[in-house]
Order: sequence, then C-alpha cells, then structure tokens
Amino acid sequence: MDEMLAKKLRILADAAKYDASCSSSGAPKRTAGKGELGSTTGAGICHAYTPDGRCISLLKILLTNYCLFDCAYCVNRRSSNVQRAKFSVEEVVTLTVEFYKRNYIEGLFLSSGIIKSPDHTMELLTRVAKSLRRDHGFRGYIHLKSIPEASPWLIEEAGLYADRLSINVELPTEASLERLAPEKDGAVIQNAIAQIGERIAEAKSEKRRFSPAGQSTQVIVGADATTDEALIRKSALLYGSYNLKRVYYSAFSPIPDGSTILPLTAPPLQREHRLYQGDWLLRYYAFTPDDVADATEDGMLSLDIDPKLAWALKHRARFPVDVNAADREMLLRVPGLGARAVDKIIRARRHTRLRLDDVARLTSALKRARPFLIAADYHPAGGLTDRLDLRARLADPPKQLSLF
Amino acid sequence: MAGAHRSAPPSPAEGTGFGRGALEAVDLSPGADLEGFRAAARRLAGRGIPPERVLWSIGEASGLFGAPPPAPSEEAPLSLPRGVGEMVARVVLHRDPERYALLYDLIWRIQRGERRLLEISSDPLVHRLERMRKAIARDLHKMHAFLRFRRVEGDGPERFVAWFEPDHHILGAAAPFFVDRFRGLDWTILTPEASARWDGDVLAFGPPGRREDAPAQDGFEAGWRDYYESTFNPARTNLAAMRAEMPKKYWRNMPETAAIPGLVRQAAARTGAMIERTPQMPVKRNPARAVAAMADQAPDSLEALNALIRRSEPLVPGATQAVLGEGPLGASIAFVGEQPGDQEDRQGRPFVGPAGQLLSRAMAEAGIARGEAYLTNAVKHFKFEERGKRRIHQKPTAGEVSHYRWWLDRELDFVAPKLVVALGATAVLALTGKQIPITRARGPADFEKPYAGFITVHPSYLLRLPDEAKAEAYAAFVADLRRVHDLGRSLAA
Repeated sequence: MDEMLAKKLRILADAAKYDASCSSSGAPKRTAGKGELGSTTGAGICHAYTPDGRCISLLKILLTNYCLFDCAYCVNRRSSNVQRAKFSVEEVVTLTVEFYKRNYIEGLFLSSGIIKSPDHTMELLTRVAKSLRRDHGFRGYIHLKSIPEASPWLIEEAGLYADRLSINVELPTEASLERLAPEKDGAVIQNAIAQIGERIAEAKSEKRRFSPAGQSTQVIVGADATTDEALIRKSALLYGSYNLKRVYYSAFSPIPDGSTILPLTAPPLQREHRLYQGDWLLRYYAFTPDDVADATEDGMLSLDIDPKLAWALKHRARFPVDVNAADREMLLRVPGLGARAVDKIIRARRHTRLRLDDVARLTSALKRARPFLIAADYHPAGGLTDRLDLRARLADPPKQLSLF
Repeated sequence: MAGAHRSAPPSPAEGTGFGRGALEAVDLSPGADLEGFRAAARRLAGRGIPPERVLWSIGEASGLFGAPPPAPSEEAPLSLPRGVGEMVARVVLHRDPERYALLYDLIWRIQRGERRLLEISSDPLVHRLERMRKAIARDLHKMHAFLRFRRVEGDGPERFVAWFEPDHHILGAAAPFFVDRFRGLDWTILTPEASARWDGDVLAFGPPGRREDAPAQDGFEAGWRDYYESTFNPARTNLAAMRAEMPKKYWRNMPETAAIPGLVRQAAARTGAMIERTPQMPVKRNPARAVAAMADQAPDSLEALNALIRRSEPLVPGATQAVLGEGPLGASIAFVGEQPGDQEDRQGRPFVGPAGQLLSRAMAEAGIARGEAYLTNAVKHFKFEERGKRRIHQKPTAGEVSHYRWWLDRELDFVAPKLVVALGATAVLALTGKQIPITRARGPADFEKPYAGFITVHPSYLLRLPDEAKAEAYAAFVADLRRVHDLGRSLAA
C-alpha cells in the first residue's frame, strides 16, 4: 500500500472514529456467488477490538474530512485545525476490497464531511457503494451515512446499494442544535429520518431492495444539558414512530483541537453505559419510557446501579417473584435475570420445579437476583427486599472507569 | 480410515466388577468423530448398555482432517427429539476427552424416558453440555473473526493463506463460512490439526500445517495496522473490555495487535494533551461564500435537471436509459404518461411506441399540435422483465412512482404549463400522491398545484381493449382531448 494512501487512511479513520455505530447486523443473509466476494451473516462479526474495548467490524472512514459545517462537538468542523484529506472513490473501493479479502472487516461504513453541497457529497458516497456492488461483485456489508440535506432521489439511490442508511440526530434538542450546530436543522434531520423510514417500510411491502438492515442513529451524550430521561424518551420515539433499528449513545469525548464553546472533559462513559442499559429495557424487557423514567433520580440514571435494579428497588412491593409461577413479563423485571435466562426458566419449569441451585445454573448474576425471587427451596428470609441497605449491598463497587 | 470405531467384544478380562456386566470399550478417531460416535451410540443403546459400563477412548490414528466423512452405519438409527442431533454434532467438536461419555449419558437418559431433558437447562448434565456447545460456538465465531489471510507473493493468480490455532476440532465446521464469503478467491487455512483448501470450486481437507507454511507478511498489513491505531480513541481506554472479547491467546496471529502496547502506553498522555490544550483560533479563513453556496444545490434549469436524471441510476429494474420529457418550455398543456415502453427505451424519446402513435393521432383529431405540447412520463425509466427475447412491461409500484415524483414536480415547475393532463392511474398517483380510479375521476381535476388538472385514460388502455369496444373508447378519448384543447386555450388566454 503506498504511503500517500496510508496517510489518508490514518487521517480519515481518525476523523471517523467518533461515530459509535459499528454493527454489521441486520442485513439479509447473502453468500458470494461464483467469482464473487463477500457474505453477510445476520448478526455481523467483530474482527478485532481496539484498546478502548470497541469492536472493529467495518472499515469506518470518511470520504473526506473537509467540511463546510461548523458543529462545535465535531473534530471535522470547518473551524478546526486538524489535518485534512480526501479519498477518491477508487481508493475507498480498493481499501475495502483488499481489507475484506484478508478477512479484516465485514464491509464498509462510509461517511463524509460536507463538501461543495450535500447533494455532491451524497453522490460521491453512493458512487463508492455502487462501484463495490457493480464493478467488484462485492456482497459484504455496506453502511452509508446519509446526508439529511441531500435531495431525496439521492437517498433513494443510496438505498439500492447500502445495507443500512443512517442519519445522526447528534443533539436531542432543537436549542442545542442551534447553539452547537448552526448549519443543521432539527426539522430537516427528522424529515430525512422519516423519509428513509417510509421508504424502508414501503420497499419491504413491495419486496424491493432498500436499506434492508434498516436505519440507525447516534446521539451525543454530555455535550449539552439533556437528561437521561429526555434521551430515553427521544429514543422511544425514534424506535416507535420512526422504526429505527438502533440508537447509539456516544459519550462526548475530548477531540484534538477542541472548540472554545465546549469544555473538554473525560467522556461520561458510565453514563453512556447506563443509557444503553435503559435502551435495552425498552427494546427487550418490555419497559415503557415511563418505567425507565421511573428508575431515574431527577431525570438521571444512577451511575452505581443498573436501571433495572433501580426500578426494582423503587417497587419492592412487587417482589419477590416466584420463578416457578411468575409470568414472563414479571420475570423480566427481576434484576440479574436476562431475557435468555428468563426464557430458559420458563422452558425448564414445564418439566421440573426450580430450586435455587437450578436458577444459579441459568444466570450468571444470582447475587443480584436472589433478594428478588422465590425458588422451590428458597424464600428471601426476613423480607430481604425490605432491607434498607439492599441498594448498597448490590451497587457496583466504585471502580476506575476511565483513565482519570 | 473413515469413521473409525472399534468396539471390543465384551470380554471377561475387561469386566471390572462395575454394575452387572463387563466394561464396553469404544475407541474413536482423534478429532471430531461424529460418525464413529453415532454408530457406537446406536449399537450401545440398542443393546441396552448403560453409560457407566462404557469406556470411551480416543485412538492415535488420524485421517479425518477435521472433516466428518459420511460413513453409513448398519445399526438402526435412534429416535431422538429435535435438537439432540444438533447438540451432538456440536459437542463432538469439543476437545474435552469426556465429550463422548457426556453425550452418551444424554442419549441414554433421553432413551430411558426423559424425552424433554434438553429443555431443562438447569439440569447439571444439560448445563454442562450447553456450556460446551457455547464454547464451540465461540471458537467458531472467533475463528471467523480473527483469522487473517496473507497473499502469497508472486505473479500469477491471487492466492491467500492463513494460519490459525483453534481451541477445538472445528476446522471442518468453520470452513463453509469461508467458502460462502470468499468463493471467488483461492485460499488455504492451515491449523495444527489439519488444513483446508478452496480453489474456487472444491473444498478439500488435508494434513496439518505449520506456521511457516503461510507467508510471513502481506502488503496491506501495515495499512491495516494504521487503521487499527487511528480508529482507537485514547480517551475511552478500557483494556478489560478489549481482553474479554479478544483474549491474548489470539494476538500472535493477528498483525494489528502489535500496536496495542504502544497505544496503551501513550493513551493517558494523548488524552491529557487534548484536555489541557487551550482551544486554538481557526487558522483558515471562514469560507462564508462556500457555506452560503452550499444550500443552493437544486438544479436551476430543466437542462440541469435532465442532466441529473440522465446521470442517475434507474430506480426500477430494467431500463437502458432515462427517457426525458419533450416539448417547449412554457407549453400551455403538458401530458404525463406512466413510463416509457420498449420503443421509448430504445429510442430515448417519450411516446414514440404504439401508444404514443395513437396519442398523436388523437391529439391531431382534437386540434392539439403535438409539437406545442409538453410530453413526459411519471417514471423516467422502462421497467420490464426479460422473457426470452421479449421485454415485458411491468407496472411500477406505488413506492417506485413516489421515487420519481420529486423529479416530475421539478420538471413541471420549469415547464410551467397552464394545464396538466394525467394519462392513466399512474400519472394521477404521481401528480396527487393518491390512488384514484380513472373511471370515476375522468375530466377536469384539482391536483392542488399551480396548474389546472385533467384526468383521462392512458392510450395503451385503448390498445388493450377488444376490437368491438375500441371505436367507442377512442371517440371518448378524442372527446376528452377536445375538452383539454379548449381548456388549455381558455387558460392561456
């Protein structure tokens, strides 16, 4: 690989890394035909992990980090002094194909700074995807970041080649957008997300190909004053009304050459983690946004206990739950019991009465679950759920979560 | 020696006093001997030999190369509930020497009445087998994820070779993934137990490989390491999370991991520097004009719009080229059809096929000069399906029509007609966004647009009618066009 291309790759990978989305999931299963390259597996594969614990699944790069926008939180804003570079369409195609052949990646996640115009930028992104599919018989995963300001037909075209399209909400409120991202317009973003959502639903019903893995988005956590409750409600709206597949939460992270209007501090990683847990409660645990809000204090999720435990501690009267009798929905509310453990409990108890030892084989978090459940040979004696020190006993011991 | 299984006859010498009979010795091939186990399990269960009387051992002879050969067995198959076969096929891949004993225990208990045993994940045996199965799934997953190919240097066709050390006997089970993914490549995977080669057509298993048999380097590895380093965010360093997913044992076969110590060493300093650094003033001038110009991206003329449509990919399957509208800017009447047909697609002009010729005739009879009207289609590309040598017209779906609406709207903005005639249901859908039956809506219509609207049938409808109905329908069509003509004249006045 020549040095010029390597240099561009370093700049444009660095410029893309603040997008938390990494997944290569949700595409319909495909395999390579004769002479073709690439497949998709459904769940996607993480091909490596970097020392930040994040996975590398896709080649995540920008086409260029030149940008006309000036979003304060972004390393690529036009007023930043970072080094700039621009790939040609062919260069991105080559990198993707050669990395893919060596089994480094599942495919490509391509985004870009806005150059010349949103339409021009979107056309370039689409050309990369089209060339991969048409000229190289590439059947791997392609995720394109859509430019919300681009004309609708360009988004339509992108959806023909991409497995997933995404548009980042970034800032959850109009006021924050106005302050931190002056060129962005909340209504335009929302409309573009709605447009993609409509197209996906329509294509599915007409059995046409359009962004089959759905769409996802990202919100930045900690760059403005939005509470966890507001973020979770926003996500519930995006999942419910806009049919998004994933909302990514990205702890606002210090960037090289930071902006004057955003103080740079350590990223709130634990807060990000709790938001993901709250998000999972919405998607897999039949919690309503009100339930998750109920687990917060002044709109914020506790950092030392997970949101499900926080909810249970506030609703002690609904526990303990009998693992041999309770319905699925109530079992899902038991701290320490994951959705898979619950399914195993329900399957096993058709044939046997579960004792505490049995439950211990079905979950790895019995310590947390124990005060909240009843088994054939076990009842939390003396009303363990009434103990005042229960929270302290179950909270995570304070630990170093980042370098500071 | 495919599917080697030798069951020693029960001999008194082996009777060690356990239970009621002598020990039954079963010797299986090294690696994952699924066939050998299956045959032995059938024989043992058929003879009612309980697990505690079976002694499982694994022989020396190797010949399987990790790929289970199909070996027919004379014994009657066991009837087992769904899921058991799958569990067995996975757990035999485990390197635990106890695997066959555990699996036979499972089969025995199921045969003796515990038919639903696999559903009881809390049972200690099931729990243990599930963990073994999970270990296999993880090993397979990690092999799919962490294996790295290197290109064999030299001229000639590309060849790729990888060296990998799985924990379990999974090469045979892992290989199909690589076939599905790299079908067009020539590749070899070497492991300490066996090797697999795909030449683009056939998958073959062979003897064990050595690390030295794989190329020592690859031209893209430096670039890959650069990418790995650049995508790491030092402010989020979390080594435990990395190691949980990518344990150290894999590192030696992954070129990018050489960067880890350096990245970790510098992370704190790099993050500190980002936080300490006082924000800098931008050195570049503010590109105010470029920023202002950015929003001005919509095509500013019909020509520019047409260039864009011509350049765009068809949003329907088929189509050799885009067929653009035709006629003078400022025409007082515009006709909108459904989509180009076979002839239009070949010639690149609208309404030149049989339906177009019929339209021209009717227009002439109604007094409308074709050259003075603007003619276009709701969908700009011919959607068809190839059947033999014929290209069969396909009706565009509502979704496809709406893809093209943006263009049609801009196009009519530039032409700025006084009256727009929708020919058929697709045109109505494109102009109004609604499905409206033509028979009911025929005549003047309100499209809620700056121009007046008129709805009539598409001329191709006339072509499809039986002969006896044609004349009447054609007369009605011409009558519609006369009204259009009059309306157009009064609107233009």
